[in-house]
Amino acid sequence: MSKELLRVEGLKVHFPIRTGGILIGQYTPLKAVDGVSFTLNEGETLGIVGESGCGKSTLGRAVLQLIKPTDGQVVFMGSELTGVGAEVIRQKRADMQIVFQDPLASLNPRMTVGDIIGEPLTVFFPKMKAEERKEKVRALMAKVGLLPQMINRYPHEFSGGQCQRIGIARAMILNPKLVICDEPVSALDVSIQAQIVNLLMDLQQEFGLSLMFISHDLSVVRHVSHRVMVLYLGKVMEIATRDAIYAAPLHPYTQALISAVPVPDPDIEKNKQRIVLGGDLPSPMNPPSGCVFRTRCPRATDICAQEVPVLEEKAPGHRVACHHWGLPEQKLV
Amino acid sequence: MTAVLEVRDLKVRFATPDGEVSAVNGVSFDVNEGECVGIVGESGSGKSQLFMSVMGLLAKNGRTLGSAKYRGTELVGMPVKALNKIRGDKIAMIFQDSMTGLTPHLRIGKQMTEVLVQHKGMSEADARKRALEMLNLVRIPEAGRRLAQYPHELSGGMRQRIMIAMALLCEPELLIADEPTTALDVTVQAQILDLMADLKTVTKAAIVLITHDLGTVAGLCDKVQVMYGGRFMETGTVQEIFYKPAHPYTAGLLASMPRLTEERQEKLYAIPGQPPNLQRLPKACPFQERCTYVHDRCIDELPVLRQVGDANATLTGHTKACHLVSLQNPVSAPHAPSINVAADEARSA
Ligand SMILES: Nc1ncnc2c1ncn2[C@@H]1O[C@H](COP(=O)(O)OP(=O)(O)OP(=O)(O)O)[C@@H](O)[C@H]1O
Ligand SMILES: Nc1ncnc2c1ncn2[C@@H]1O[C@H](COP(=O)(O)OP(=O)(O)O)[C@@H](O)[C@H]1O
Ligand code: SF4
Ligand code: SF4
Ligand SMILES: [Mg+2]
Ligand SMILES: [Mg+2]
Repeated sequence: MSKELLRVEGLKVHFPIRTGGILIGQYTPLKAVDGVSFTLNEGETLGIVGESGCGKSTLGRAVLQLIKPTDGQVVFMGSELTGVGAEVIRQKRADMQIVFQDPLASLNPRMTVGDIIGEPLTVFFPKMKAEERKEKVRALMAKVGLLPQMINRYPHEFSGGQCQRIGIARAMILNPKLVICDEPVSALDVSIQAQIVNLLMDLQQEFGLSLMFISHDLSVVRHVSHRVMVLYLGKVMEIATRDAIYAAPLHPYTQALISAVPVPDPDIEKNKQRIVLGGDLPSPMNPPSGCVFRTRCPRATDICAQEVPVLEEKAPGHRVACHHWGLPEQKLV
Repeated sequence: MTAVLEVRDLKVRFATPDGEVSAVNGVSFDVNEGECVGIVGESGSGKSQLFMSVMGLLAKNGRTLGSAKYRGTELVGMPVKALNKIRGDKIAMIFQDSMTGLTPHLRIGKQMTEVLVQHKGMSEADARKRALEMLNLVRIPEAGRRLAQYPHELSGGMRQRIMIAMALLCEPELLIADEPTTALDVTVQAQILDLMADLKTVTKAAIVLITHDLGTVAGLCDKVQVMYGGRFMETGTVQEIFYKPAHPYTAGLLASMPRLTEERQEKLYAIPGQPPNLQRLPKACPFQERCTYVHDRCIDELPVLRQVGDANATLTGHTKACHLVSLQNPVSAPHAPSINVAADEARSA
């Protein structure tokens, strides 16, 4: 049994949004993350899927304490991160890093690649000699597939895929335990996506990394993840092992998501009966009562409008939040 | 089959301070009545600019060379006034970002009726009736109420549907959809794909679907043209392209996509290297720097589109621009497209 690295319990991030007039000063909470719980083991990848605005990025940032959670607990390597001083978090941050979606925008345009990748070393090991730092940076550049002789170049001289390699090298330089990948391949071309996915999986193997892999691409998530968590409007709909999520999803939203994925196979794609959900995502400012998915759910009944379904274990290691959970009635892919 | 659009040796060049950008480098194809043609390629491969040039919508620093004919009438170099008669009426376009396709300060109803009054000379009342019909066709809930709304008051999915409705208003003969679902969420994308599949049978318009997503193409298109470095690498029916890819780039793209319909693999096949720089395209095959099967001839001689399996036939059916004779079992062994280099006989001799 591998060791638990991260435990998140009842995590909430509510952004106060001004809704009244300027003088009245009325605020409504936008519940970006609303009571999320999960664990992550050493060397494990947890895929996090859901549509735009469901709180994936906010969750990632709240775990790293880049955003202060409104409520709930984050326990990392046995110590509590919520409600502790800035210095404690700073120390822990060496072990938790993040890779962002937009490769170029996330890199400082005025810094050389060497300085960008080496910056965490400057922060955490200010006494390290410049030459030693450069040596570490060069070694890592080679490892992530960048030419070490490009160490003095600037980000704009690199392609999107290369910028993502720079971002990954920077995240890896302190040899962290956890890397949160926030849509790391979404902005990349198909042919480059596979390169970056392979790189992340190779690094995980070599260093025993744990990954939180945030993505809206269910095919990529299946490829990289050991377990998968499905979010909708800030809440966990379902969490289970990869095989359970894809072969036997129990939540109607997960089923619709899987069925929505276009498959690059004309015979399958042209003949498939897709589950098409009605309507649009509700505003997170004004989520539906009861189950947040009920306005689009094909199985919704009266109880769904009245009672919030609790996330409960329905099969070993398989938790679902739905009053009418069960296997899909049709073939999904 | 009658061609709605005939494109011959079309090129697009952009003048920039650091040199000329060769965005499209000589492509020829027809779009026939009632057909749905997919244009696939990575970002920067020239998909959008190819059709922007056909529509006369290139940026100021761009110019078009070659020919693009709509029902026999040359569009390249056509005066704007004459072009405007065709654009939006006979040929309509849908963009990735629904905000660019809609005028922000005009109510939906006004935008839709204006087109009909202008192009079809309809009365305001008739135009309104037709606009409502179209909104219902694209399954906009509470269509009547939407006519009074502004674009920003609608969700992205709804705006995309309105763009489709607007594009179909004048019953165009050719509909060009540039990444129509790329900006949308998965479940909303599913709604739009479902809608487009239905519209294909309802409207008689030929459709060009520009996308980087092979899954979308598989579901909607009859024919596919794969672009790379501003050229077509391979063309064929969806069946040919997806089940018998003949170009190393197509085979590599297909192999590098993880699929929900297949056993999960431990490792993804990845095409090595980076997309080409359009300011410094290699002299011969644009894919040479990334191709596992590159050989001397690829560096010296530009491969032109030839019929797969028949090096002498040009531009019919399944074609590829590659010097190799055959690619073997690329789909049954998706992780390493095995290619028969040895059989690359001097066939053009
Ligand atoms: N600083 C903020 N202030 C107010 N609202 C915010 C803030 N950051 C995020 N939100 C809101 O919180 C919700 C969740 O946002 P988040 O960025 O986590 O979504 P996401 O799942 O990452 O979406 P995407 O797939 O688009 O990246 C959204 O409704 C968003 O508008
Ligand atoms: N106005 C412009 N000036 C210079 N280069 C341009 C201009 N517009 C497009 N390009 C370039 O042309 C190439 C093809 O662009 P495009 O057709 O939009 O690609 P895509 O296949 O992603 O749709 C890209 O390299 C792009 O940067
Ligand atoms: S609780 Fe009801 S509305 Fe929510 S997912 Fe289950 S069936 Fe659908
Ligand atoms: S022509 Fe040569 S380099 Fe180009 S795709 Fe064919 S084998 Fe590869
Ligand atoms: Mg996000
Ligand atoms: Mg484009």
